[in-house]
Amino acid sequence: MSDVLGALGDVFTSPAMYGSAVRLGVFLAFAALGELVAEKAGTINISVEGSLLAGALGGTVAFDLSGSTVLGLAAGAVAGVSVAMLAANMSHRLTADQFVVGITVNVLVLGLAGFLDATVSPLGGRAGVVTVPFLSEIPVIGPALFSQTWPTYLLYGLVPLTWWILYRTRWGLEVRSAGENPQAADVSGVDVNRRRRQAIYYGGSLAGLGGAFLILGQVGSFDVGVVGGRGFIAIAAVYFGGWTLRGTLVGALLFGMADAFRLAVPVLGYQVNAQLLAALPYLLTLVVMYFITKRFVQPAALARPFVRGLR
Amino acid sequence: MSNDPPALPTDARGLALGDRGLYMLLLYGVSVGFALVISAGLVAVTGHAWGSVAGALADGAFLAPGRWGQTLAVATPILLVALGMVVGVRAGFFNIGQEGQLLMGALAMALMGTRLTGPGPFLLVGGLAAGAVAGGVYAGVAAVMRFRRGVPEVISTLLLVFVAFQIVGFAITTDWFLRDLDPNRPSQAVTSAALPGSVRLPVMTVWGNEVTIGFLLALLVAGLAAFVLARTVFGFKLRLLGSNPKVAQQAGVSFGRAGATALFISGAAAGLAGALMLAAGASSARLTAGFSNEIGWQGLLVALVARNRPLLCIPVAVLFAALRTGSGFLAATGVDRTVVDVVQALLVLALLVPPAVEFIRDRRRVSIAAQATEPA
Repeated sequence: MSDVLGALGDVFTSPAMYGSAVRLGVFLAFAALGELVAEKAGTINISVEGSLLAGALGGTVAFDLSGSTVLGLAAGAVAGVSVAMLAANMSHRLTADQFVVGITVNVLVLGLAGFLDATVSPLGGRAGVVTVPFLSEIPVIGPALFSQTWPTYLLYGLVPLTWWILYRTRWGLEVRSAGENPQAADVSGVDVNRRRRQAIYYGGSLAGLGGAFLILGQVGSFDVGVVGGRGFIAIAAVYFGGWTLRGTLVGALLFGMADAFRLAVPVLGYQVNAQLLAALPYLLTLVVMYFITKRFVQPAALARPFVRGLR
Repeated sequence: MSNDPPALPTDARGLALGDRGLYMLLLYGVSVGFALVISAGLVAVTGHAWGSVAGALADGAFLAPGRWGQTLAVATPILLVALGMVVGVRAGFFNIGQEGQLLMGALAMALMGTRLTGPGPFLLVGGLAAGAVAGGVYAGVAAVMRFRRGVPEVISTLLLVFVAFQIVGFAITTDWFLRDLDPNRPSQAVTSAALPGSVRLPVMTVWGNEVTIGFLLALLVAGLAAFVLARTVFGFKLRLLGSNPKVAQQAGVSFGRAGATALFISGAAAGLAGALMLAAGASSARLTAGFSNEIGWQGLLVALVARNRPLLCIPVAVLFAALRTGSGFLAATGVDRTVVDVVQALLVLALLVPPAVEFIRDRRRVSIAAQATEPA
């Protein structure tokens, strides 16, 4: 037992562990922030997984063609929002079931990514590390938070931006009302399905950015399995956060830490069952979901389609 | 504002049926055509002739010797998974973790077949049953999370897929579990031992094609599912739950119990599919890391395309299996076989459009009718 505790102590005091926890957490946070907005509008946007993968591929291809990380990230966001547009219009203009649409779109993106990766084989690359002076000298968390590849810092801007949009603009209010009481929103002149579509676009663009970040800010090369269900973990992070911005970020960081833990343990020389480690992020997510889902009040119309005159 | 939604003008629907049928047919034609054109365009853009691709697909799926038996063999687990999905969706639950449940079923079959000794037929039937139970129990985890704690099954079932992959990985790399310890095993890859010949499904040879009785079993299950859903009280309860949970609960259908049963059945079908795959000799009758081979996803798509009608799943499953077996012949054309995945997903997406358009037209008709009768 003391061995286990000592090992855990070693892992949790290793600066490398926190560095990679932040990287993986930031990746999840991009997707989770966008997903939060979509869920506030009343959609469990499963297609976030597809947006992440499309962003990863789009970012890699654009980087390969142009050699520019900025263009890569932009292309990732565009790819992510394209997937979101497909899903949003199918489910909130044509009123097909949002889960059916999400699953199908994910399968489509997976197929396309496999096909394009095999046909084009784009080369990825990693953005340079930028160390923020002074802040990065804070012990333990300093290097983890402020000595990262530069796209990481985009998130630090997107968090307050998302908060401001969601809680301080008219659009944000309408989005939230579409998720809480679509009938009332409709009566007061809000185009509910339009707001829901736009919220999904916002989510898709952030997820696409996150996907591009995963390749260009972290992994360095594309692979079809690179996202591997992390979109669903991002959804779980939103649940974990009880549909608050703060909580969602904590959730993303927590699940990112589980991912980092999995990577750090073998590096530090500890022998732990490889399969157990690989399953850990998913198991942790499941366990956390089990204990936390009932704690919070979800947006009242979450996952309920809105059709005027039907309830 | 009254609480009752306006009733659909059903008589108007009946009268306009002729026009409507033609209109829907046209809509489906255009959607599917659109999907095929995009697919052909994708092939053309990457510098290949789509005609030769279509030819290779047809050869690989049906025309070349022995291939349609192969197609039916692939269609068997796909059909079973789809039937399970149908039962779940009809009751209003989206189990999207069939890939994992299928692996659990195959794992149970491998345990029965390679770790127990006994008469072959007994082990075979027991293994299939164990596979179904294993798949059902694995989906049951998601059911418990849904009905006790409100965790959406769309998320939990998917996350469980990744756990299932690791469980199988653990099983086939662990000596006391399932790893093949025979020093003369064919390859260095870690797998389970092969199922002994006596525990395999009997194979019939029809016109030079090998057909396992698994396909017949799957057809039987399809008939059973159609009957249970359409003609029994239990099926009615599930459909009621799926179309209107509130009414269902007022009519005395227990949300948790009926829902958990539906999820269990959908997982059991996937588990049975996995056990059947192994018993029919998929991947040399050995459990491997990639054993499920995306059959779970295929079945899910088939159920969506068949619009949750069990009997319609049969031709769609054969079609999707044909695309898969056909893709094995694509190497000669230089097109990557993953193009088939794109075609399939585009087809599914295209087939979602017509009913949705129809629904909107219906709604518009209702609101026009409502305005005509009671002007605001």
